[in-house]
Amino acid sequence: MTQTAEKHIQGLGVSEGVRIGKAFVYSPFRLSSETDMEKKTDHPEQELERLQTAKERCIAELDALIIRAQETLGEEKAAILKGQVSFLNDPSFYPPMQKLIQNDSWSAETAIHRTVNQVAGLFESMANEYMRERAADVRDVGSRLMAQLVSHQGNRLSDINEQVIIVADDLSPSDTVQLDKQLVLGFVTRIGGKTSHTAILANSLGIAAVLGIGDALDQIAHGNELVLDGSTGEVIMNPDQATIDVYLEKLQAEEAERERLLVYADRAAVTTDGFTVEIAANIGTPEEAEGLPGKGAEAVGLYRTEFLFMSQLEMPSEQTQYEAYRKTAEAMSGRPVIIRTLDIGGDKELPYLDLPEEMNPFLGYRAIRLCLDRRELLLTQLRAILRASAHGPLKIMFPMISGLEEWRQAKGMYEEARKQLTDEGVSMADKIELGIMIEIPSAALMADRFAKEVDFFSIGTNDLVQYTVAVDRMNEKVSYLYDYFHPAVIQLIKQVIDASNRHGKWTGMCGSMAGDPLAAPLLLGLGLHEWSMSPTAIQKVKQTITTLDRSACIALTGQILELDTPAEIRQALADFLNE
Amino acid sequence: MYSKEVTIANDSGFHIRPAQLFSEKAATFKATILVKPNGTTVEADAKSILGLMTLGLEKGAVITIQAEGSDEEQAVTELAELVASGFGEA
Repeated sequence: MTQTAEKHIQGLGVSEGVRIGKAFVYSPFRLSSETDMEKKTDHPEQELERLQTAKERCIAELDALIIRAQETLGEEKAAILKGQVSFLNDPSFYPPMQKLIQNDSWSAETAIHRTVNQVAGLFESMANEYMRERAADVRDVGSRLMAQLVSHQGNRLSDINEQVIIVADDLSPSDTVQLDKQLVLGFVTRIGGKTSHTAILANSLGIAAVLGIGDALDQIAHGNELVLDGSTGEVIMNPDQATIDVYLEKLQAEEAERERLLVYADRAAVTTDGFTVEIAANIGTPEEAEGLPGKGAEAVGLYRTEFLFMSQLEMPSEQTQYEAYRKTAEAMSGRPVIIRTLDIGGDKELPYLDLPEEMNPFLGYRAIRLCLDRRELLLTQLRAILRASAHGPLKIMFPMISGLEEWRQAKGMYEEARKQLTDEGVSMADKIELGIMIEIPSAALMADRFAKEVDFFSIGTNDLVQYTVAVDRMNEKVSYLYDYFHPAVIQLIKQVIDASNRHGKWTGMCGSMAGDPLAAPLLLGLGLHEWSMSPTAIQKVKQTITTLDRSACIALTGQILELDTPAEIRQALADFLNE
Repeated sequence: MYSKEVTIANDSGFHIRPAQLFSEKAATFKATILVKPNGTTVEADAKSILGLMTLGLEKGAVITIQAEGSDEEQAVTELAELVASGFGEA
């Protein structure tokens, strides 16, 4: 046997952690084009036979999976697969496909496509959340059947039954919905950046991830041994024993560090001289809120509702939204949750909104601009949030506010939603705090005027840096300019916090700066009230804060405000923390 | 034709497992069997797990099981018992 040589691949590390494991190369079956789905046939009897063969193969495949699932994953997972076999044998699933071929001469592909859409649609329209989720099972069966029909040698994430590193072109919410996250060691993808679905999922679940490795991905074969370092963005194929030993040591050090930090989950973030700040978490789905209190999150500082909208094939109804918001409130058991209204457009698209492509999406029709134009959209969301406010302390913030008129219009819509629900006799919280995201320099510069009207600010550093320094952070050629320690950005942050203090309001931060321990002395010095970050950063940041003296941080901040470059500021902070 | 009313007793209603048990049982009979939630005009083929699930039946719902065929009485009786027993759920 020949020993394959070790190979190093460099990508973008978006979720830290060292992992060693086997590659699961995900090659899903995807429909080649929509036009394939309107295909007629001249030989219905042949199509019926193709369909029958596909069904038989599908059942054989499922039977094998069920046996494996019973051995490794437990009865619950096996029951879902058994349910899929029942779907295939169901009188309202298979016979309608046969009829479409026999009576209307549709191809087997079209017959499957139409029937699956029709049945999944039935589930999607149901009021009960559990039943709506079953639509994904129906679609999964449909894609199994379709894959057999075209003899596609693909695989499914739902088939994973051991711990693996998933290697894929890209992962969408519909890919990951059926994935057993416990079995995922890491992600490696061909495309994707820091704000992609994969990056956010990885961060919230503590899964290591290296994205954007490009065509190097083609060299990784299913089952290859991989070493992954989510901090450095390194992927090592076929590592030799020496490399494995080095990374095993790193892995053990990480685990020891994680255990050491665990004690901070239950501790408050109080400086040595008694200044307390609130530590919150950023989430994208209600599921991520579960277990957050145990990790040390005192609140949800940013609930990105766009994932709810992106994971569906059509606009989520008020009821669907209400259930998601309520579930989040309940998971946080009495701790505050800040819900950000729909922040779509830019790099996040919704197929059912059919937005035209823009030259400059980040400066275009997105977030609050879109929501104030399509009023029904925001009104529905505000109604859903208000209804859910009966189940826990919710707060609302509006994204991409650039001027006072936008804020006033958004607030007006909130009042309209509130009035509607009052008239309908629906119960909701008496008082809900309303805030705005500070991510556009114009809003930061006018913070003093906003502070008279809003209840709070939340600084989104990711966009604030992008708009202040005029740098596209996805563009590798200029990403060196992207730095939240830019003196101009720090000036803006200071201005916002000072303005909120002058008017008895508070300021939070939900960008990645809040989760960076290096920034902690500066943010303490500036007086940031609420810090919202990826759940995996919470304990580390709490530890850092508890070792700091606020008056020393204030003195340091005074010096930092006089510095000229991001590099100088980073150095000053590093020196301070090393003292 | 033979029919009988029964109340859904188990906590999760016609979730995937109860619906599966019910449809598998129904398939053992020759009779044509329908499930009709009381107070509605919809109905589902008792042998279809998908049909049963999309009725969205929750605990406390009253349904009529109606069968027509040589073993209609036995079919309705046994299926009604299965529902009343709560599908073995606690």
